[in-house]
Amino acid sequence: MSTRAKPAPRLPGQDADAGTWTDKARRWLLAKLPPDKLLPGDQPIYVMSWAYVFGMGAVASLVWIIASGVVLGLNGPQWYHVSPLGGFVNSSHLWSVELFFIFMVVHLWLKFWMAAWRGGRVLTWITGMLSFIVSIVAAFTGYLLQTNFDSQWIAFEAKDALNSVGVGAWFNVANLGQIFVWHITLLPLAVGAVVVLHVLLVRVHGVVPPLDASEDDAQLRTNTVEVGGNPPGAGLPVAPATSLTPAEPKDAAR
Amino acid sequence: MAGWLVNGAATVGAGTYFGWDGFTIQSGNLIVIAVMVILFILALLLPFPGGKGRK
Repeated sequence: MSTRAKPAPRLPGQDADAGTWTDKARRWLLAKLPPDKLLPGDQPIYVMSWAYVFGMGAVASLVWIIASGVVLGLNGPQWYHVSPLGGFVNSSHLWSVELFFIFMVVHLWLKFWMAAWRGGRVLTWITGMLSFIVSIVAAFTGYLLQTNFDSQWIAFEAKDALNSVGVGAWFNVANLGQIFVWHITLLPLAVGAVVVLHVLLVRVHGVVPPLDASEDDAQLRTNTVEVGGNPPGAGLPVAPATSLTPAEPKDAAR
Repeated sequence: MAGWLVNGAATVGAGTYFGWDGFTIQSGNLIVIAVMVILFILALLLPFPGGKGRK
């Protein structure tokens, strides 16, 4: 009978790096997006502006689009075309898409005039543009699924354009079943994935500071010192946006 | 079964269009664009609640 030494239990926080790909992936992820950057408790003071609201408005609309879409998909066209409740959920699905695009376009305008690709945020900008383009395709398939004269008109106006660029076989707007699958599986997954990546990149680089935030701005200067090497404004926020500090009794009274 | 299809088809109208010198836009599209422009301007002008007094 041989005896083997029982390995000592690993303590929390003890580095257990065996050099595997999972270890490397974990190190990379923690370096890029530590938990306090993924879920920050506060934000820079300049985030308290309506100019920083519309991105989250678009995400909130997307959540309702997906939730109402799941309900529509589970109940089917006979339900949402005929019953009053089905018609209501169908309409809320449409109107949340309208809000999604309105918020997304205003978000795009505001970030364009803010030059939001500054400070190493090019990928954040590109994923935002990608989410806009993929969302247009997803919305287009949704309009085709209205199964009314409007959708028939849209489909047969679009089919020649799609055939002319050679995608008509895989994206056949006259094939309702195929468009239904595109609309409820592939395109929502694509929109969701790009939007999640976009939000994660915002967390990695931080929200873009306003153009008039000067280099000697206290917050940006502190951030630069804290993260070291990252562009100004890319580090951790330093001013509480949601919590109150003892130094601000006036806010506490509100 | 065919009744709701017929009723549905009856609700599809041509819509209201506005046009100026060769430029034409449907009322719904014009309203959405106007709403977006108004929201853009308001986002720049309106103070954010709770932001007053913070430094």
